Amino acid sequence: MAIEDQRTTVYKIDPAHPESETLPTLRTEELLLNMGPQHPATHGVLKVILELEGERLVKSTPVLGYLHRGVEKLAEDGTYHQFIPHTDRLDYVCAMYNNFAYCRAVEKLMNITVPDRADYLRTIVAEVQRIIGHQFWLGTQALDIGAMTVFFYCFRDREILMDWFDELCGARLTTSWYRIGGVERDFTPSLLEKLKRFLDYFPPKIDEYKVFLETNRIWVGRTKGVAIISAEDAVSFGLSGPPLRGSGVDYDLRKAQPYSAYPKCEFSVPLGKNGDTYDRYWIRVQELYESVKIIRQCLEQMQDGPIMADVPSVTLPPKQRVFTNLESMIQQFKLFSQGFDAPPGEIYCGTEAHKGELGFYIVSTGGGKPYRLKIRAPSFIHMGAFDHMSRGYMISDAVTIFGTYDIVMGECDR
Amino acid sequence: MSLQQLASRLQENFASGFVRAVEWRGDLAVTVARDRLHEVAQFLHDDPAMDFDYIVHVSSVDWPDDEERFEVVYEFYSIKKRQRIRLKTRVPESDCIVDSLTDVWKGADFMEREVYDMMGIRFRHHPDLRRILLPDDYTEGYPLRKDFPLRGKGWRDTFEFLDETAR
Amino acid sequence: MGLIQIGRHEKDGTSDIIITTIEKAVNWGRKGSLWPMTFGLACCAIEMIAAVSSRYDMDRYGAGVFRASPRQSDLMIVAGTVCRRMAPVIRKLYDQMPEPKYVIAMGSCATSGNIYDSYSVVQGVDRFVPVDIYVPGCPPTPEALFDGILKLQERIMLKRVFLKQPDQVKPSLKI
Repeated sequence: MAIEDQRTTVYKIDPAHPESETLPTLRTEELLLNMGPQHPATHGVLKVILELEGERLVKSTPVLGYLHRGVEKLAEDGTYHQFIPHTDRLDYVCAMYNNFAYCRAVEKLMNITVPDRADYLRTIVAEVQRIIGHQFWLGTQALDIGAMTVFFYCFRDREILMDWFDELCGARLTTSWYRIGGVERDFTPSLLEKLKRFLDYFPPKIDEYKVFLETNRIWVGRTKGVAIISAEDAVSFGLSGPPLRGSGVDYDLRKAQPYSAYPKCEFSVPLGKNGDTYDRYWIRVQELYESVKIIRQCLEQMQDGPIMADVPSVTLPPKQRVFTNLESMIQQFKLFSQGFDAPPGEIYCGTEAHKGELGFYIVSTGGGKPYRLKIRAPSFIHMGAFDHMSRGYMISDAVTIFGTYDIVMGECDR
Repeated sequence: MSLQQLASRLQENFASGFVRAVEWRGDLAVTVARDRLHEVAQFLHDDPAMDFDYIVHVSSVDWPDDEERFEVVYEFYSIKKRQRIRLKTRVPESDCIVDSLTDVWKGADFMEREVYDMMGIRFRHHPDLRRILLPDDYTEGYPLRKDFPLRGKGWRDTFEFLDETAR
Repeated sequence: MGLIQIGRHEKDGTSDIIITTIEKAVNWGRKGSLWPMTFGLACCAIEMIAAVSSRYDMDRYGAGVFRASPRQSDLMIVAGTVCRRMAPVIRKLYDQMPEPKYVIAMGSCATSGNIYDSYSVVQGVDRFVPVDIYVPGCPPTPEALFDGILKLQERIMLKRVFLKQPDQVKPSLKI
C-alpha cells in the first residue's frame, strides 16, 4: 500500500516546485555472490567471491586451491627424469611448453648444451603448441562471450594438430616428448609433409576467425575498454605474456633472453596500446601469425644431426637400443630410478610459454632428486591481479576477465 | 651492469646487512640479513642503476639441519636493463617472520601467501595473510616442510561431509 | 536386436506395430538422452570438450546437451583430479542431481588418483560418490570416453525401472 502511494507521489513532479522531486531512497545492500568452483565458463575449478553493488563489481576475491595436487612436494620424491610427466599436467592446454621449460631448467643446472637439430625440433613443436594453446583460448573466450561458431571452428583446426601430435609421440594432449638433453624421437617424413600442409592451410583460417569477431559489434563492445590495466600496475603485479604486452610493455623472453632456436629466426612481438581485452585478443591472434612464420623458418634452416646431447650420465639412450641392448637398458633403468648426480647449487630458468613466463627454480644438494623445485606459474600470478583488474566493471565482464588472462587451474594451483 | 658490479654496489650500500653473494651458472644470488631485507628490496626497486621493477617469484626452502631453518628467496628482473638478481634471507624456526614486500611490488601479495601456506613463514604488514592453496581450516601443518610426510596425515581420506548427507 | 519386436502388416509387410515392455521403452528413452553436467576439473576436461566439438560429436549419442545446473542433468562425468578440497563440492552436486543419475569417472585421476599420491588428492572419486563406469587413460581419448558412454547405455538398458535397484555404493577402501 505504502509503495503504491510512493509511486504515485514520485511520478507527480511539479516543475514549479522542484523540491517535490525528492525520490524515496531505495534500500541498497552489497550482494555477495559466489561464482563457485563448478561453473560453465570452462576455466576449471576456480571460485571467486564477488561483492556486487547492483551489477558493478566492488571487490572480487579469488579462492584458489581446488586443484592443488602437491606437485612441488612430489618433485622432491622422484628423480629429475620422473618429473617430466608432471610438468605436462601443469598447463594442460599446451602441455609440451611446460616440458620445454622444465628441460631447459635442468639443462641449465647440469650445464648441458642441446644439439642444433634438437633445438630446431623443440622450437617447432613449441610454436605448434603455442598455436594449439591460442586456438583453445580463442575458442573458449568466444564461447564465454557468446560467439559459439568460433569455438567449433577453432576446435576443428585444433584436431588436425592433435592428430599430428598423436603421430609424433603417441598422445594427443599430455605428451612428454621432450627429454633432458634433447627430444625423444625425430620427425618422420610424413610428419614434415603434414606440417607443411598445415602451414599453408592455417593463415586463411586465422583470417576467418577474425572476420567472425572483429566485425561483430557485440564482440567489440564487450572487449574494447574492458579490464584495462596500466603498464606500471602490470609490471608491479608481475604479469607476463599477453596481459603484460597488452599494456605496451615490451617483455618477451624469446627476445629479452633468447634461447633455443629463437635467435636464429626473425619474428616480431606484437604490443598493445590500451591494456584492454581487445588488445590482448589482438596480440594473441598476431602471435598465431608469428608462430607460423617461426615454424616456416625453422623448417628451412634445420639440418640433419643428433637429437639428444651426448652426455650418457644424464641423457637417456634411444628407445630402440633400450629394448635390444643390455647396457642401454641398465642405463635407462639407473637414470630413472636413481637419477643422475646433479651438482649442488640453485638455478632459475624462465621460458616464454604462451600464457606468460613459466619458470622453474631448482635447488639441488647433489644426488638424483631435486631438494626443492618451485614452479613460477603465470596463471597464479595473474590471479593476484584479478581483483585490481575487475573493479568497477559489470558482473558479465568477470567471465571476460577470466578469458583474457587465459587462466588454467592446473598451473595456478599446481 | 655486470653481475659482479651489481653485487659490489649492493655491498657498498648495505655493508652491515650483506652476508654473501654467489654467482653460478649465470645467476646472481645475494643473501642479506633479515632486518635489512625491506631496505635492500626498496633500493633494488628505486635505484636507477638497478631498476628491478618486475618481481619474478617468491619462494622458500627448508634446511632442517641449520639453525636458521627457513630461507626466503625472491627473484627480481629489470625489464629495461635485462638483468636478474636473486635475494635471499634466512629466518629461524622460532621466529619465522619477515617483512612483506607488498608495498614495493603488488604481485608479492599472492606469492607471499603461498609461502605462508606451504612453509609457515609469516609476513609482517601483509594485507591479507591467510592460506591460499589449502583450505583455511587445514590443521595438518605446512606441507613443504621436510618433516611433513608426502601422503599427508590422513586428511585426504576422511570425508566427514558424508555423515551429514542422508545416504 | 531382439529388444523391440516389430510387427508387420499382413498385406505388404510394412512395419506396423512395435511391441516391447514399458521398462525397455523407458530405459531406451533414458539412455538416448543422457544430459551430462559440465564438470571438468583438470586435463580430462579438455578431452571432454574435444569430445563435444565438431569432430567427435557426442550429440549423436544424445549426450551432447551439457547442462550447467545439476538439477537438470542426469550424468556427471568427473573428469580430472579430485582434490580433497573439492570433494564436498562434488558430493553436494551429486546429491542435488535428481534420480536416475549416473556417474562416469573419466581418467586415471578420478579412477584412482593416478600419479598424484600426495597429501591433498583423493585416491579415486569412488571413495565418496558411487561410480557406474570407469574410463581409464591419462587423458582418455574422446573415443575412449564414447566407449564409456556406450557401455553406460548398455547398463542402463539392463536396469529395472519398477523394482528397487540394489545400492551401488562401493564400501570405502582403507589403503
